[in-house]
Amino acid sequence: MKLNISQEQANACRQIAKEVALEIQRDIAPLSTVSVERAILRLLGIEGEKEKIPYVNILVDNLKEQKALEEGVLYWIANACLNTGLSPQDVALKVVSGSFNPVHLSRKSFQEVKNKAEELATESLSRLYKKKKAREALKQSFPPSLPPLLYVIVATGNIYDDIAQAKTAAEQGADCVAVIRSTAQSLLDYIPEGITTEGFGGTFATQANYRLMRQALDEVAQKVSRYIYQVNYCSGLCMAEIAVLAILEGLDIMVNDAFYGILFRDLNMYRTMVDQHFSRYLLGLFDIIITTGEDNLIKTVDAFKEYSIVLVSQFINEQLAQQAGMKKELIGLGHAAELDPKIPDSLLWELTQAQLVRQLFPRSPVKFMPPTRYKTGNIFFAHALDTIFNLVAVWTDQRIVLLGMPTEALHTPYVQDRFLSLESALHIRNASRSFSRELQFIRNGQADKRACELLTQAMETLIKIREAGIWNALSRGVFSQIKREKRGGRGYEGVFKKGKFYLNPFLDKKIVMQARRRAV
Amino acid sequence: MNIGEVRPYGDRMNDGAIQISFSLPVPVSARSIEAVKLIAARMGMNNIRLVHAQDMGNNFSFYILYGAINISVDLQAIHVPEVELQLFDFWEINDLIRREFERKVVVIGATIGVDAHTVGLDAIISAKGFGGESGLERYPQFEVFNLGAQVPPELVVEYSKKIHADVVLVSQVVTQRNVHLFNLSLLAELLEAEKLRDKLILICGGPYINAQVALETGFDAGFGPGTTPLQVASFIVHELMKRKMRKK
Repeated sequence: MKLNISQEQANACRQIAKEVALEIQRDIAPLSTVSVERAILRLLGIEGEKEKIPYVNILVDNLKEQKALEEGVLYWIANACLNTGLSPQDVALKVVSGSFNPVHLSRKSFQEVKNKAEELATESLSRLYKKKKAREALKQSFPPSLPPLLYVIVATGNIYDDIAQAKTAAEQGADCVAVIRSTAQSLLDYIPEGITTEGFGGTFATQANYRLMRQALDEVAQKVSRYIYQVNYCSGLCMAEIAVLAILEGLDIMVNDAFYGILFRDLNMYRTMVDQHFSRYLLGLFDIIITTGEDNLIKTVDAFKEYSIVLVSQFINEQLAQQAGMKKELIGLGHAAELDPKIPDSLLWELTQAQLVRQLFPRSPVKFMPPTRYKTGNIFFAHALDTIFNLVAVWTDQRIVLLGMPTEALHTPYVQDRFLSLESALHIRNASRSFSRELQFIRNGQADKRACELLTQAMETLIKIREAGIWNALSRGVFSQIKREKRGGRGYEGVFKKGKFYLNPFLDKKIVMQARRRAV
Repeated sequence: MNIGEVRPYGDRMNDGAIQISFSLPVPVSARSIEAVKLIAARMGMNNIRLVHAQDMGNNFSFYILYGAINISVDLQAIHVPEVELQLFDFWEINDLIRREFERKVVVIGATIGVDAHTVGLDAIISAKGFGGESGLERYPQFEVFNLGAQVPPELVVEYSKKIHADVVLVSQVVTQRNVHLFNLSLLAELLEAEKLRDKLILICGGPYINAQVALETGFDAGFGPGTTPLQVASFIVHELMKRKMRKK
């Protein structure tokens, strides 16, 4: 099934988006953030907390207070390792307990420090690559379902209840399980530690919770003979650090959008752009899929009239992820079926839009999101809407399908809500598997016309963004009329300019290659 | 229709027909099926028909039942304070504010106390809205300040003073030991003490909030689950006009 759209126009959109992404890249290249620095510490294996404050925060804050952060944490850790012969974790312990001040140690020559930093980075990466190999072996023994992968959420607030729900969902046919995070975790400038059993509307993303869920999903994979993808959220003020936790604990898919935090969480735009870049770079190294959040853009506006903003965001998200080194197969662009079901032919338009996204990004593991806006409590109509949504998803051969719940907007899903949704999705996946190969749009019919219009609108907006510059565009409300100030929003104080001795060998291709070879 | 004796309706008057569905944390068995019927019987159901029983995996099972209940209610005897409201549409609301009120209406939204649940608050005020309707942020004539979650009542008071708020919207979800009643009353009292109460339209909302709760805690209105932004916006406009009339 194909829409008759202009390939030239699609290429032009990509080219403009690339220029927009390059502008972002140019402006963030000289910058780092406290979150990126904490991510580097976590990569080095530093963990633990003192009085509820993670060591990585204590270290970064300590350097910041001494106005020494511009060299980057790795410079000081490597220098301290050289001076003391200790491991990064032991250096962290000594600094936290006040045994020595890393800034007061004698400064070794830059070349020595750089060599040490590279050695530490290579060790860390090769350790992580070894872990990745074990995960790949598991995936080979229990191959995942063929797409579309069925994606459900659990959100009890208690990791143990989440586990029971997740295992049940897997037995019911789910392929991906996402644990919703506690309300407003994205606004915390640190990652809480430990196993948690109380959250608000979700469960805290902690390394310990990631680990428990991973064990549970690997267990159930053996029971159902099917690999189950673990999903969480790489967003908010700790985006870069969360990426490291995902790598450490073997997660498969991370929700990660370049604009979501800026638009919907009022995070500072420079902070978010720097953090998304490093987080995507790391996730890309370890073949973790990202999914972007374009569904949110049409939840706030007239989804029919302004649908093209989804395409605009997808084009830019794709380019930003590619500039962070990700391959297209890992960039799961998001979109959603959020049209008012009362619009005449709404189903035809949903089908057109879903097909258009698939066709514009054929290598992307696109993630399709279910209707939510017009669900208000009639669970029976909601279930009917979801079933039709499932049909559109399978018909247009989507890759990852987030299942709608009959009780959307009422409560976090009960065990039977998820069961009914999966039952419907499994039925549709089986019953309409060959639709995309057997059925065709009428050439130059209404669907083709709508697709061409949307692509043209997307191109016009992309041109506007390129002309204004992305930062100005964001402050003028190009995305869903939400305006953000360049220096406004949360987390701006955590952005800093890299100094002349700044070091981050994790970004070095040679180091990555070396680590990969060493892991074999 | 005798509204003195109303019963659930299936396909014949007064048949009392209802349907329920629920899950049990055990697999389906002859015993679990009997257990389900027993639960229904203890709920007061007669003519119980278990129409569906299914395993859901991981030792959970799902049941659908039909039956009848022998309960009738007298509608005349029920007294509920209802917010009876004529709804305006998006354009009417903006036009009315522009015409009747010289400036934009300043709205503060927050969940107060320890409450971190912002879903309801966001449904009403964030642009995203709810049920296909835009939230108050989308209305050009409302200027909205979302203070977010877990705001101490004192801060709400301070902020209202600072930005000359016209409306304060408070969401409360957590009801353990009636903490929501305590928080709401406290806020109303603090505003009274600061002589701000009469200048403000004070609105609360949440799953366990209704007009009665509003009355008890000194609020102007209380909205329960399923409330849409349009209802809240319409209430605000009605209240503004009412107060303007009173001044004249």
